[in-house]
Amino acid sequence: MDTPVSQDVTRKTLESVVIRFAGDSGDGMQLAGTQFTQTSAVAGNDLSTFPDFPAEIRAPAGTLFGVSGFQLHFASKEILTPGDDPDVLVAMNPAALKVNLAEIPTGSFIIINSGAFTKSNLKKAGYESNPLDDGSLDAYRVLSIDISRLATAAAEPSGVGAKSALRTKNVWTLGLLYWLFDRDRTSTTEWLKQKFAKKPELAEANIAALDAGHAYGETAELPVGVELYKVPQAKLPAGTYRNIEGNTALAWGIAAAAKLSGTKIMFGSYPITPASSVLHALAPLKHFGVTTFQAEDEIAAVCSAIGASWAGAVGVTSTSGPGMALKGEAIGLAVMIELPLVILDVQRAGPSTGMPTKTEQADLFQALYGRNSDAPLCVLAPKSAGDCFTMAIEAVRIATKYMTPVILLSDGFIANGAEPWSIPDFADLPKIEVRHHTDTKDFHPYVRDPETLARVWPVPGTPGLEHRVGGLEKDFKSGHISYDPDNHHKMTQVRAGKIMGIANDIPEQDVEIGESSGKLAMVSWGSTYGAVNEAVRRARADGKDVSQIHIRYMWPMPRNLEALLSNYEQIIVPELNAGQLVKVLRSEYLLPAQSLPKVAGRPFRVGEVLDAIDEALAGKESN
Amino acid sequence: MVPLDPPAAKKLTKKDFTSDQEVRWCPGCGDYAILAAMQRTLPELGATREKSVFISGIGCSSRFPYYMDTYGFHTIHGRAPAFATGVKLVNPELDVWLITGDGDGLSIGGNHLLHVLRRNVNVQVMMFNNRIYGLTKGQYSPTSLVGLKSPSSPMGSIDAPVNPLAFALGANARFVSRGIDTMIKPLSGLFKEAHAHTGTSFIEILQNCPVFNDGTWTHVTAKDISHDLQVWVEHGQPLLFGKDKNKGLVLTGEEVKVVTVGENGVTEADVTVHDETNRAMAFALAQLMAPEFPMVFGVIFRDPGPAYDEGVVAQVAQAVERNGEGDIDALLRSGHTWTVE
Repeated sequence: MDTPVSQDVTRKTLESVVIRFAGDSGDGMQLAGTQFTQTSAVAGNDLSTFPDFPAEIRAPAGTLFGVSGFQLHFASKEILTPGDDPDVLVAMNPAALKVNLAEIPTGSFIIINSGAFTKSNLKKAGYESNPLDDGSLDAYRVLSIDISRLATAAAEPSGVGAKSALRTKNVWTLGLLYWLFDRDRTSTTEWLKQKFAKKPELAEANIAALDAGHAYGETAELPVGVELYKVPQAKLPAGTYRNIEGNTALAWGIAAAAKLSGTKIMFGSYPITPASSVLHALAPLKHFGVTTFQAEDEIAAVCSAIGASWAGAVGVTSTSGPGMALKGEAIGLAVMIELPLVILDVQRAGPSTGMPTKTEQADLFQALYGRNSDAPLCVLAPKSAGDCFTMAIEAVRIATKYMTPVILLSDGFIANGAEPWSIPDFADLPKIEVRHHTDTKDFHPYVRDPETLARVWPVPGTPGLEHRVGGLEKDFKSGHISYDPDNHHKMTQVRAGKIMGIANDIPEQDVEIGESSGKLAMVSWGSTYGAVNEAVRRARADGKDVSQIHIRYMWPMPRNLEALLSNYEQIIVPELNAGQLVKVLRSEYLLPAQSLPKVAGRPFRVGEVLDAIDEALAGKESN
Repeated sequence: MVPLDPPAAKKLTKKDFTSDQEVRWCPGCGDYAILAAMQRTLPELGATREKSVFISGIGCSSRFPYYMDTYGFHTIHGRAPAFATGVKLVNPELDVWLITGDGDGLSIGGNHLLHVLRRNVNVQVMMFNNRIYGLTKGQYSPTSLVGLKSPSSPMGSIDAPVNPLAFALGANARFVSRGIDTMIKPLSGLFKEAHAHTGTSFIEILQNCPVFNDGTWTHVTAKDISHDLQVWVEHGQPLLFGKDKNKGLVLTGEEVKVVTVGENGVTEADVTVHDETNRAMAFALAQLMAPEFPMVFGVIFRDPGPAYDEGVVAQVAQAVERNGEGDIDALLRSGHTWTVE
């Protein structure tokens, strides 16, 4: 039995909602997702997103592998993950339903575009009978609407062709969701006007579809169980906020570092998923003191950056796992000649080409050890999209102060996921002091700062500082080429000692949540921050003795980390790889850390971490 | 940026450009002559030590920067063009000389050489071509002839060689030239021409490796035959050669013929006049290999165009002009923002 609703109907208040948009990769699901995100941000919710799309730009329509998804978690409380299970699934075709249904808890709300449930689409998705008719969706609250037809009807009067009219079905759906969740259409309307400024009929068609979807919600009779909701504003700390994705934050952090250091940045990069958008974000920022260079390959990208650093700028390059492998030799050269260099590695699932659009944290070993011989450098890992901004600046600070390459490990999840970010004031950001060497007295290129062990940074063009550097070993005292065995031993130690000394220049490791000793420490790094944080909070609310330690400085690690970790009876390291940080902790500290690996191309679900906590503590109690 | 103006008007000499490092090439190596030519040429160009930069890859030739008392960067195998591009994008005022060899530049670094040439970065590329891998002890290189026996090709190389000049021309290089290691004066002249050219200038230098490929160019460079096998081209002048300058090249369509002026009714007017702006002619001339044909030397192709580094710097300046100096606070607040009280 259907229940009529009207505008007067009271809305049910929810603390948080997870919506997953799913459709063909050409259905505009990413667009619908980002628009809902933007609108929720404006409504003052905290949020976290997880775009999940295939590598194919336009996979064949209707196929299972062509399904593109966008999950959005928005709430009136603080949230750090895109949510485990969707409360709402939007399925624009049979394939989208098939791919996602297994992850939808029974009782959830599913909005279906019945117009796409044609015989041929059902066949492509591998359905033998139509799930809309065969009772297989009885356990869910289903709102089945011929969105294709309704959107086309709404858009066609604007004078766009039938094909363009049909394409508005994502925006129509968005209109309906805006009604169901009490969202304001203004921001999307404005955005559509801007996007189609040169094709006003398309703007009109899309706005008509948006309004039609909204009006449908207002007037149609919605089935039982489908209610109207509202998610009030989250109580975020005071400040000015924006939504930010990790790659944008990396790019802006680099631009800010150029200003903070008063030093030119030369960004040499080669397109690779999921790092390319860092280059896209920096290319228009030339007036910030950033020169971008799209090189012919990954190797040329890093080499151009090193050349730039040698010439007195800060060389920065961005890449993902396969590109990191190609850059290895050149990074070793930067270690050897001791030049600042920042490598942004937006990790993806591998090995080899792997799953380019899927996330993973499996380049930690490559970052720490992936070069010939002993070639230590500094490795950082931001914990969230917003933290990418902070850590990009930190990478430039360390690289220039210590004359060393710094690898920053982001990942596909942080890169594309959005979160509200409290915008810092430029005046509050730490200045970066860059000193180009000018003193010709007793000069050689390996004169070192006795405290940091960093060598001087003489810049070509400076009279009296002419010198030659290269990948050959040099004499500690003169900087000339040297094959002396004792000297090589000493230089190897000096290079390592310089990097280890950075530990004195970074914050001590703190405890993210919990106590500085106890039964169990969950050690997270990079993008596992959110899921582990949420899991530890929930476990602690249940009275469990568990703490979270989140590491952002991967090498050198914080100077108190060993002592801190030794205070816990058990240590578990959840990470999106087969167990890398756990091995580093075990080998460095001889601590019995346990691994919680996940290599599925997806972030941890809170539940998975929670289960590990429960299991560890239950095991402990039964002992 | 650091001040770039030369400090004093003191006249520099060859000695000023000679570093204190002991040269470690094999006795008799052609590289010595090239080094001497460069050290002699720089003072004549009015170059300063602080603005002169030598960037190399890996190989015998790539030790070159250590022997120049200028700024020098000995990088990794094949990638010198990428480092040089980075240097020029930061400071286009530096005078960058890129030192490479046939292995470094055309084998492992073929890709980067292609791109530096087609981008037209304002550097001079000197490719020492000895048709062998020297530093790794004598394996055949990408310019080695078919049939060359080496430790890695005991039955003779079956690799078809690459022609460096044709490669450069195919990459749309705008300055393509060829010299000989021991002919210091013409080589020095080429360095000056290359230096004067805006954009990438490519110089192939036929160089002898006395240890692993001795005499590889003798059939072109030997004094007694050199007149008959070397055509030193000059823009606007007929392609004449020979001791008495009575031999000439005639290019008709795709065919190149060697003629003798005064024989069979051939006059000097029949000999093709070199047009250094004609890429097709340059390509035809680049194909000529001794001993079947004489080989061409000098500036074979020259057609200046916008330099890449200047274009990049101009875009940065344009961006500043359009938008003003970047404001981080404004950038971070661009698009949708909201305030929580």
